[in-house]
Amino acid sequence: MDTPLTIKKTREGLLKKKYSAVELVDEYLSRINKHKNLNAFLTLSDEVAYSEAKEIDKLVGVGIATNQYPLLGSTVAHKDLFLTKGIRTTAGSKVLESYVPEYSATVVEREKRGGAIAIGKTNCDAWAHGASGENSDFGPTLNPWNKGFVPGGSSSGSAAAVAAGLSLVATGTDTGGSIRQPANFCGVVGLKPTYGAVSRYGVIAMASSLDSIGCFGMTVEDVEIIFNITKGEDGFDSTVKNVESVKPKSKLKIGIPKEYFSKGLDKEVEKSIFEAINVLEKAGVEFIDISLPNTKHAISVYYIIQPAEVSSNLGRYDGIRFGGGRSTFGAEAKRRIMLGTYVLSAGYYDAYYLKAQKVRSKMINDFDNVFGKVDALITPVSPTAAFRIGEKKEDPLQMYLADIYTASANLAGIPGLAIPSGFNKIGLPLGFQLMGPRFSENTLFELGKLYHHVVGYQPKVALE
Amino acid sequence: MAKLTKADILHVASLAKIEISDAEVEKYSEQLSKVVDYFSALSEVDTKNIEPTNQTTGLENVFRPDEVAAENCLTQDAAISGTDNIHNGYFKVKAILTERTDK
Repeated sequence: MDTPLTIKKTREGLLKKKYSAVELVDEYLSRINKHKNLNAFLTLSDEVAYSEAKEIDKLVGVGIATNQYPLLGSTVAHKDLFLTKGIRTTAGSKVLESYVPEYSATVVEREKRGGAIAIGKTNCDAWAHGASGENSDFGPTLNPWNKGFVPGGSSSGSAAAVAAGLSLVATGTDTGGSIRQPANFCGVVGLKPTYGAVSRYGVIAMASSLDSIGCFGMTVEDVEIIFNITKGEDGFDSTVKNVESVKPKSKLKIGIPKEYFSKGLDKEVEKSIFEAINVLEKAGVEFIDISLPNTKHAISVYYIIQPAEVSSNLGRYDGIRFGGGRSTFGAEAKRRIMLGTYVLSAGYYDAYYLKAQKVRSKMINDFDNVFGKVDALITPVSPTAAFRIGEKKEDPLQMYLADIYTASANLAGIPGLAIPSGFNKIGLPLGFQLMGPRFSENTLFELGKLYHHVVGYQPKVALE
Repeated sequence: MAKLTKADILHVASLAKIEISDAEVEKYSEQLSKVVDYFSALSEVDTKNIEPTNQTTGLENVFRPDEVAAENCLTQDAAISGTDNIHNGYFKVKAILTERTDK
């Protein structure tokens, strides 16, 4: 059986009785088993999946009002940072190797209420620290398009699972690019919403002023559906704001920030973005060159603020109430805890942390100025397509620089959408990023859908 | 070049309650020095009269009623379910005080 590749087709097939939800779960679990060597999943939730599937088959049987269940029968894979009641949640770290949460994240609950079937928990860089998946304490995830390459990170297993057809959709977290970059490396759509659009309740915290909760799907429509189900206040995360996403204008203007097309950008990546610009231009979108002068400081600012917040958030893992002791932290977690502790310590706070927060204000100012002139920005997601496993593992600074085009959106709290646009010469996915003002997700969806419509985009699964 | 000496590494490791081996001290000293050195470009940015940002959507003082709702609380059994180090329904921790020896 070929699994349907969109939420809409999944629902239609169920309602037309082409298959049952239980049969869908059978098929996804058998695909997961067949492609075990990708190491995309850390824990399967087959019992939960079958019980949710049986519920859905019952609902379909009695002919329910299906608009109550926008995700009817869609399998969702949760990044192992999302707490799932009764299902082991590790954050990709040995510290939480045997931790079983007593409650579920808001996003997990909302997707379940929307008719989704939770199929399992996906591998990720431990505590979401990484851009390759190689920092997982449970071994790296492999890129389904070529197993010698990384799938990106930190939401590695979620991106790989969707690309390989092991789950229809997946959740992720994005603190400096952890959804958009793996989506880009695996050739799927990835959304990092506006900071505070989606509740972080029940999601293991990385860096609290940057963490954003988003998702992966094969199409822009699918991430839009998930965003609309998961967004909004829940009473448990006080940073969440109920804001009606701005309605897209009929005539849109996109800025091309010159700082994102400077040296270090791979030629094939660049060419693919300019092809996308051509496509959108012909479809009536206007483009202008703009400048975000403080972009060059993004990595410095990000790698001061983020580890500082990481060192504070990981302070709670003392091994007393749950999990292992602090000696069980892996190498990258220790590195970031120490870096963060250093930039916050007496004598260095002003020079590093406070300075970074001020430069952050300048970067935000750049974005605010530009968004007075344009509705969105188009940029690369990453300087290159997926890189080889092991290529950057021993050089943390090189790994950190992989976040160069994504970290700014987190520092400014704005949304970003990673969209696949084809493949390079050696068959690895290419794509581009759209960013917009806070709470402008609808504009990004509109542009993404327009692009895929014009090019006649057909989602494709990486593996048989 | 900014340098994190071995003493710096041992100091931050102790602040963060992280135990590290001699080999790690060496490795982290080199790796973190490189990262911190990369930050030095920031010192050239003019940030006079610029306010620091720590929240991006402009929220301030979000309040909720100070009420206990039973459905939002874990039961005692659920709260202690993550560890075997339990005594009479309480978490067991190592002693943090020692007896004075000076009197």
